Amino acid sequence: MSLLSVKGVSKFYEDHTALNNLNLEVKQGATFGLLGPNGAGKTSLIRIINQITGPDKGEILLNGERLKPEHIGQIGYLPEERGLYPKMKVGEQLLYLAQLKNLSKAEAKKRVREWLIRFEADSWWDKNIEELSKGMAQKVQFIATVIHQPELLILDEPFTGFDPINANLIKSEILRLRDEGATIIFSTHRMESVEEICDDIVLMNQGEKILEGELQQIKKDNKSGIILAQIENTPKIEKIQSGEIISQEIQNHNLCLRLKAKGNTNAVAQELLQLGTLLSFTEETPSLNEIFIQKIQA
Amino acid sequence: MNKTWLIIKREFSTRVRKKSFILMTVLGPILSSALFILPAYLASLPEDERTVVILDEPTLLDFDKGKESLKFKYLPPQEFDLELAKEFFLENEDYAFLYIPLSDSGDPDLMGKNIMLFAKGDVSIGVENYIQSRVEKYVQREKLKAEGVDPGIIARTKGKIKIRTLNINEGNETESMAPIKMGIGYACGFMIYLFVFLYGAQVMRGVIEEKTSRIVEIMISSVKPIQLMAGKIFGLAAVALTQVIIWIGFGGLFYFIAMQFFMGDKLDAAQIAASKGIETNDAAFEVFNIIGSINFPYILTCFVFFFLFGYLLYAAMFAAIGSAVDKESDTQQFMLPVSLPLIAAIVVLIRALDQPDGSLAFWFSMIPFTSPIVMMARVPFNVPLWELLLSMSILVITFLVITGMAARIYRTGILMYGKKPKLVELLKWLKHK
Repeated sequence: MSLLSVKGVSKFYEDHTALNNLNLEVKQGATFGLLGPNGAGKTSLIRIINQITGPDKGEILLNGERLKPEHIGQIGYLPEERGLYPKMKVGEQLLYLAQLKNLSKAEAKKRVREWLIRFEADSWWDKNIEELSKGMAQKVQFIATVIHQPELLILDEPFTGFDPINANLIKSEILRLRDEGATIIFSTHRMESVEEICDDIVLMNQGEKILEGELQQIKKDNKSGIILAQIENTPKIEKIQSGEIISQEIQNHNLCLRLKAKGNTNAVAQELLQLGTLLSFTEETPSLNEIFIQKIQA
Repeated sequence: MNKTWLIIKREFSTRVRKKSFILMTVLGPILSSALFILPAYLASLPEDERTVVILDEPTLLDFDKGKESLKFKYLPPQEFDLELAKEFFLENEDYAFLYIPLSDSGDPDLMGKNIMLFAKGDVSIGVENYIQSRVEKYVQREKLKAEGVDPGIIARTKGKIKIRTLNINEGNETESMAPIKMGIGYACGFMIYLFVFLYGAQVMRGVIEEKTSRIVEIMISSVKPIQLMAGKIFGLAAVALTQVIIWIGFGGLFYFIAMQFFMGDKLDAAQIAASKGIETNDAAFEVFNIIGSINFPYILTCFVFFFLFGYLLYAAMFAAIGSAVDKESDTQQFMLPVSLPLIAAIVVLIRALDQPDGSLAFWFSMIPFTSPIVMMARVPFNVPLWELLLSMSILVITFLVITGMAARIYRTGILMYGKKPKLVELLKWLKHK
């Protein structure tokens, strides 16, 4: 079942079209990658989902209902352009933001404490944001995003600006929230950063969807047929019968081959086995980046 | 609405806790009273004493002593001629040297025309005017004498004048209170001007701060932009009102204390005198009496109304400006069109105090961008009710229209980073969905 349905959404600005008749579905409980280069329309779409702006055409459904102001409490949003009130105390700030997401003061207080303890930050309550290190502020920022236990969590370029340790911490927290049932939308132009966590993706370019589906299926569908093989203690070879050599080099006396099979890959493997001990034999899977570039050029 | 209330609360509580607010609340009345009192005090200080040396050959001035700040010192004409007197003047520290030569015919007019004033530098206009008026007086006396008028008659015919102005408009004849009403009108108008600028700029700075600290997108994913803008504007209005109320409270307290301690005896005496139908002549008592007869609740109501709506009107515009830029230094091009009417209002305020019923005062008290300031100059002088209500209505309607427009600009502006927009682009944002 779809948690979020985007139906024929268009958004126009004076001199360009940010979104052009976009349709997409985000399944309940999915980790969804909204991918594309800068200017693809990702942020425009996210702002419409968050009701910051409205679509010029089309509609968006959350749990089958047309978006309305009450939905704000069900969505957690970490914008790409993010920050906090620098002169406010950590506790006050989180309470304030939680209350703006429809939590009662008592409930907000309880949850803020829980989260601060989880991040080993329970002594920060009375610290001003501007006194915190960047990493600490990032944790507070993340708490502010998830404090109201949103059903839908939208993270726009979540890992830019986080240091590696915090990025890992945040990643594991995100996965925990997913396991608890939250649906997560990742929006990023750094496609490699989400390959390991997304179930479904949509590739966008210039306001249009150019590819969508399950990540694994997309990768399978876009296999290049290129084989990478390593053979122990073997000199360079001229050619093989079952395939076409694209490139070869010697690394530590081992022959590294990059080749394309003419027919069955098994035949290639058998032929290579005769040359020496086969150390590795894999089919090259294209990265999302490569798939994206292919699709654009196609 | 609930969320707007949360925002108002945050704006209010973070600001009134600031040291700058507390400091300004305490120092404000002291500084502003210093602003009014200091020039008056300086003007009341005795001037430096100066001496003018005079060689009065025809004894025209009759050994007039001059005045306290400008003493006349006479050289005996038997011992000095012009050259000697000049030398004497140069050797001494005196301010100026006045030479009145003899005229052969004894004609006072000729005497007056040949007078010379020497100084080591430039003579101040005040001194020159004073000497001229003295000389004129004595020349006139000589001429009257020549016409055969007795100097005794001249002395007896001099009179002192004091005009008592009465206002017959308010039912019964009351002492006119123009100067005090002017003072109240000026203070109210000026306070509104000051607060619109001070707090309007704070609204603008607050909006820019939210933009540069990048909290704004997080905020508007929880609340509508109009709620965020309204929360900030009303929150600051509450801060401004708190400050004004504290100031007015202070003022009232000082007035009360002054009444009790400095005027206590006089008031008692005056009350007894009044009850016996005796007129008192004490100027200070008169002032207190007049203040007592001014309709303060009426003025205060008008003040709070114009203060609030004047501020709200401008705050909305300042918020829109703040939303359009990334840093304060980029605001100048937008500030000018917004500040001009305010500055015009403060200029007209002075004229309006002088002629509260003039057409200049009338029109500027109708134009909503100047009316909060200019109307306050007229309020103490009993503005016709229909004019007051019309001005208030125009202000409220304009406030609603401008705020609607400002909210549209704000909504788009807060998400725009980078290039500083032009005024035309701001107007285009009005059409955004």
